[in-house]
Amino acid sequence: MSEIPGQLKFTRDHEWVREHDDGTVEVGITDHAQTALGDLVFIELPDTGGSFTAHDACCVVESVKAASDVYCPLAGTIVNTNEILIEKPELVNDDPYGEGWLFRLRPDLPGELEGLLDDKNYERLLAEDNE
Amino acid sequence: MEPLIFQLGKKGRTAGAHLLEGVGEMELPNNALRDKLPLLPEVSELDVVRHYTRLSQKNFSIDTHFYPLGSCTMKYNPRACNTFAMLAGFRDRHPLAPEMVSQGFMKCMFELQEMLKAVTGMSAVSLTPMAGAQGELAGVTMIRAYHLDHGDDTRTEIIVPDAAHGTNPATAKMCGCSVRELPTQPDGDVDLVALEALVGPKTAGIMLTNPSTLGVFERNIKAIQEIVHGAGGLLYYDGANLNAILGKVLPGDMGFDVIHINLHKTFSTPHGGGGPGSGAVGVGDTLKPYLPVPFIARQGSNYVWEDSSVHSKSIGRLSAFMGNAGVLLRAYVYMRLLGESGMSRVANYATLNANYLMEKLKSVGFDLAFPSRRASHEFVLTLKRQAKESGVTAMDFSKALLDEGFHAPTAYFPLLIPECLLIEPTETESKETLDQFIAAMAKILEETQRDPQAIKDAPVSTPVRRLDEVRAARQLNVRYSYQDHEGLGEIEDPRSL
Repeated sequence: MSEIPGQLKFTRDHEWVREHDDGTVEVGITDHAQTALGDLVFIELPDTGGSFTAHDACCVVESVKAASDVYCPLAGTIVNTNEILIEKPELVNDDPYGEGWLFRLRPDLPGELEGLLDDKNYERLLAEDNE
Repeated sequence: MEPLIFQLGKKGRTAGAHLLEGVGEMELPNNALRDKLPLLPEVSELDVVRHYTRLSQKNFSIDTHFYPLGSCTMKYNPRACNTFAMLAGFRDRHPLAPEMVSQGFMKCMFELQEMLKAVTGMSAVSLTPMAGAQGELAGVTMIRAYHLDHGDDTRTEIIVPDAAHGTNPATAKMCGCSVRELPTQPDGDVDLVALEALVGPKTAGIMLTNPSTLGVFERNIKAIQEIVHGAGGLLYYDGANLNAILGKVLPGDMGFDVIHINLHKTFSTPHGGGGPGSGAVGVGDTLKPYLPVPFIARQGSNYVWEDSSVHSKSIGRLSAFMGNAGVLLRAYVYMRLLGESGMSRVANYATLNANYLMEKLKSVGFDLAFPSRRASHEFVLTLKRQAKESGVTAMDFSKALLDEGFHAPTAYFPLLIPECLLIEPTETESKETLDQFIAAMAKILEETQRDPQAIKDAPVSTPVRRLDEVRAARQLNVRYSYQDHEGLGEIEDPRSL
């Protein structure tokens, strides 16, 4: 079973979202997503300052098996990206909820975060997918 | 491991037999002479022959192995196609040769256009696209040109099913459109309710492969056609899987407005190495004015080139001349060899072989991704259960097949199906070959239960063992430093030799 930390929010497309005190959120892909993709070899990060609505494809992660879009979990503006990943995409595999974060976002709509899944609901989603 | 050709031979050794008298003494002005001799391998003719023959023997190829690479149609291409396309009259013809000395070639190309119209149900064909991807580009460019020509500049969305080849969304983007993804239902057909919700005044069209990459025929094609046309969009047919329906059903009758055909694949040119290819496009009446030029028309008993001076709304040229003549000729010869009845025989055997293989593999214990469906010319197995039980993945299975003397099927595509193998036997394989493949698959399956580690260690009998694909992708190094090798240092100034 893959790791699903509490305190985070999740999307149906297997992104996680961590809320920060300054009002921005950190986004990455879940342990389940990195396991399914396999070893990542390339990551295309969004441009800082870029603005997206929820469900926009904003980032690409590529493994030896496949290239996949990462969807923006919330409407907002990109304030920072984890550029170390360009040289070291394996950090997403090694530490998906920590050093493997993808980007920071300043959400447009504060309430939108509440619409995402909590850890229990995300766990249930994975269990359903597995049937 | 076979050394590089630079590591073979000896300083000063040449393949002297091919040097012509006096070649070294050509009078070139001093400023045109290079300072140093080019760094070429110094080997004899025999060194060269043995080196490349050994390399070719390490390879998997259709000439030596069964090659069930799903979605790629790696079938046997009759030698005759090659022989006739290489006749001196074809081979030595200059692309700018005047029409009056090109009538034989032009007649072949005209007849090819006509035959492709007949097998697709389209009303006009252009042979110019140089590859499948360029055919797609031509198709969607025509769809855009049609909407713009009708003053409709808001139609910029292309709908693409989630199971599609990656080239489809890439094409839409290249044509300045945005992509709307259409989900697939568990039975393999596209989701019509989702399609209804996706179409609207922004819909430029839909790109569809039928049979789809999931190896099933899209049963709701009529409803799809009505929804998309009803919303003002056009239908694009990706001809990737045309061998499954040749002579059986026409994309034109399914309601498609434009199609590209991978001639190199369905109509017999050795392919898979990156070219040359041919992505001929066919269109219905709606898109006829936009067809890429040039194409061949008949005037009385003469064949003439028609270009944008006649077809002013054409999207223009896609290549310097008129496509890959060599590939087009092979396709022409192939279609003439098979004839009309041969076309439906292609579909008969492509589907029979796939369904035979699918049923047999199911009976020896494999799980089908779409158990309720009949296969088209290919089908999808999922090894999700095996991966869970024994840790043996689709990749491990593929590697183990190499030890059994079979090229691996397509693995991890379509992306929708976990741990999948997409298997396409093609129409050119005998029942005996299919039975050998089934036996090999059953043997590997049995071994995953008995000794999974052995499968994870495969291949053991190939020239190179399991490669580190992750490292190869992350730290790609394809440079070879000539200076690193002993005795191959810089050669002196040629003028001092």
